[in-house]
Amino acid sequence: MKDKCCCNGVLDEAKEVVAHIGGTKDRIIPLLQEIQRRRGYLAEDLVNGVAEVTGIKPAEFFSVGTFYSQFRFTPLGKNIVKMCKGTACFVAGADPLIDAAESYLGIKSGETTPDGMFTLEIVSCLGCCSLAPVVMINGKVYGKMTRARLTQLLEEYRK
Amino acid sequence: MKTDIIVGLGSCGIASGAQEVYDFFEKNIGGSDVALKKTSCIGICFQEPIVEVVINGVKTAFGKVDTAFAEKLLAGVRSGRLPETNRIFDDEGTKSFVGPQVKIALKNCGKIDPENIDEYIATGGYEGIKKALAMTGDEVIALLKESGLKGRGGAGFLTGQKWAFLKGAKGDKKYLVCNADEGDPGAFMDRAILEGDPHSVIEGMLIGAWATGADEGYIYCRAEYPLALKRLKIAIEAAEKRNLLGDNILGSGKNFVLHVKEGAGAFVCGEETALIASIEGKRGMPHLRPPFPAESGVNSKPTNINNVETYANVPRILTSGAASFNKYSYGQSFGTKVFALAGKVKRVGLVEVPMGLTIREIVEKIGGGSSTGLPLKAVQMGGPAGGCIPESLFDTPIDYASIGATGAIMGSGGMIVMDSSSCMVDVAKYFLQFTQAESCGKCTFCRIGTKRMMEILERITQGEGTMEDLALLEELADVVGKSSLCGLGQLAPNPVKTTLRYFRDEYIAHIKDKKCPAGVCKPLITIEIEKEKCKGCTACSKVCPVQAISGSVKQPHVIDPAKCIRCKMCIEKCKFGAIRVI
Repeated sequence: MKDKCCCNGVLDEAKEVVAHIGGTKDRIIPLLQEIQRRRGYLAEDLVNGVAEVTGIKPAEFFSVGTFYSQFRFTPLGKNIVKMCKGTACFVAGADPLIDAAESYLGIKSGETTPDGMFTLEIVSCLGCCSLAPVVMINGKVYGKMTRARLTQLLEEYRK
Repeated sequence: MKTDIIVGLGSCGIASGAQEVYDFFEKNIGGSDVALKKTSCIGICFQEPIVEVVINGVKTAFGKVDTAFAEKLLAGVRSGRLPETNRIFDDEGTKSFVGPQVKIALKNCGKIDPENIDEYIATGGYEGIKKALAMTGDEVIALLKESGLKGRGGAGFLTGQKWAFLKGAKGDKKYLVCNADEGDPGAFMDRAILEGDPHSVIEGMLIGAWATGADEGYIYCRAEYPLALKRLKIAIEAAEKRNLLGDNILGSGKNFVLHVKEGAGAFVCGEETALIASIEGKRGMPHLRPPFPAESGVNSKPTNINNVETYANVPRILTSGAASFNKYSYGQSFGTKVFALAGKVKRVGLVEVPMGLTIREIVEKIGGGSSTGLPLKAVQMGGPAGGCIPESLFDTPIDYASIGATGAIMGSGGMIVMDSSSCMVDVAKYFLQFTQAESCGKCTFCRIGTKRMMEILERITQGEGTMEDLALLEELADVVGKSSLCGLGQLAPNPVKTTLRYFRDEYIAHIKDKKCPAGVCKPLITIEIEKEKCKGCTACSKVCPVQAISGSVKQPHVIDPAKCIRCKMCIEKCKFGAIRVI
């Protein structure tokens, strides 16, 4: 059994996760959320470890994990840039902002820069429609964004 | 003298800098007799951050407060002379914004500290459940039916009837679910209620549990709302301590346990059978109804699902009676509806209006009309499942049937105002892109049909569409709607259908004239410098990322259309308004 995981450390961590969240099938989403909270993404070794501890097949975890947009399978960059593309932001010019962020960082949305500094994501609404267009960097919302201010901001976060 | 300083700490208030203002007060308020409190979003988003000062019960609200003004405010509190500026209710705009509104669901939002159960109780909170406990379940359901409350999530089904189904369902275990997975882009009504008045939702569910016989409940809230989740958890814990949740509630013998379930980001989970699958830990894919959730829902047990705003209305109907609610009516719609008013209006915010108010009154009176000076063109209601209502129909009243007749839907309450700078083909493409990405993939017509529709819209916005494409688009819109299992697929064609119905000339301009009248679709526009207006300041050529602009200092500049990528950076930079889109 234990040789399915790469080391016992992972299995111990998996046991911790399951003890904290619960190990029944209806807990699959919270379990994945906990794994992502710990590792920043759905690290395969820990998902497999949790599957082993709970006795639920890894396929079930990956089936659920690939369905929901919250989950990711690659590590995040140091800075998380979320470009809001809700309707209010779209009407206020989210597309040109996204273009500007993509060309400044040299990556497409959903990707992480090779140096691991930035992950760029498009989100459908941050609920701050009165400040449209908005960008969220590391959890902080910046409203009434312009392309010039955005590149300036990204420059600051790079430091 | 008792003085309170209350800072509005909703998500958008915080985004506008309210937390810094709160921190400033916390640090500088000292050991004086001034109490610092917090509340949530009052809905007047255009004035954020908002601080209220209450001296011996007299309230004065200040808007657009930064730390510099907070310093003035604190000095004013100490000297007894509050600043005369920034008073939001002296502002005519705020008066017209607030004037036509009626607050039922949002009654407490921005007025109480949502993290303090005593403040909720002080406003008459948990009186509704006490009243309900003195009635039978059937009496509660009859009262709700009499009030005319309909599901505020968008479908508009009579809430009392829905509850009656659950009550009548056979089974010893029943569930009550609150749908707080507010997935519509551009909508934040539910978030505001959860952040601002979480106990109203808990109490509404409690009343529902009593009326229907449910003993376990879930609030399914999207993970993107961390503040709402935090406040919900605080509220549930406080209610448990007061024996308002748990076993033998208030000595009635009634048990009700409530859980919070964090969503994981899937728009389709707004559909009730998909939401149930997600609660059970599965992929959020809808299934065929019947069986309806009232027969077989969570864990195959009878289940009732309502949305946040619906539950928030319930305690108020119990305490003030059905007549206090249904005195606001239009046709078969009763009470009020909350809208997240955003887009190109002067005053954006969260508004609650009585049924029957017209779209024009909301947009022009409450919202103050166009914020850009450009003429308004449409409002989008109902998000990706809704449609665009043109300016010519702005006199349509807020009423389920009247809005439905335009081809849009009442929806959950997103209301985005668009001016002439929005291209309606592009808007249709935007919404379809959204539903296309969010389709769970179960039904062929939704999965592939929306993809094919998307490709047609892409062709049209690239200037490669044909008139046959329009006919095909309409045919696809029809079959996708008819052949999909759940609301997502059934309603996904709505944005395309309504824009084709009201803005067909824009589609034709893209196809026949190869022009985008709003100047949005890049392949169909040219950017040009007007010689007469250009001063030769060189600002545009410096900002151009592709060196498409040439010219000597103090001489009119020229754009090379072959190099230009239509990014419009030069237009933003030009101080003389010399660059235009044609």
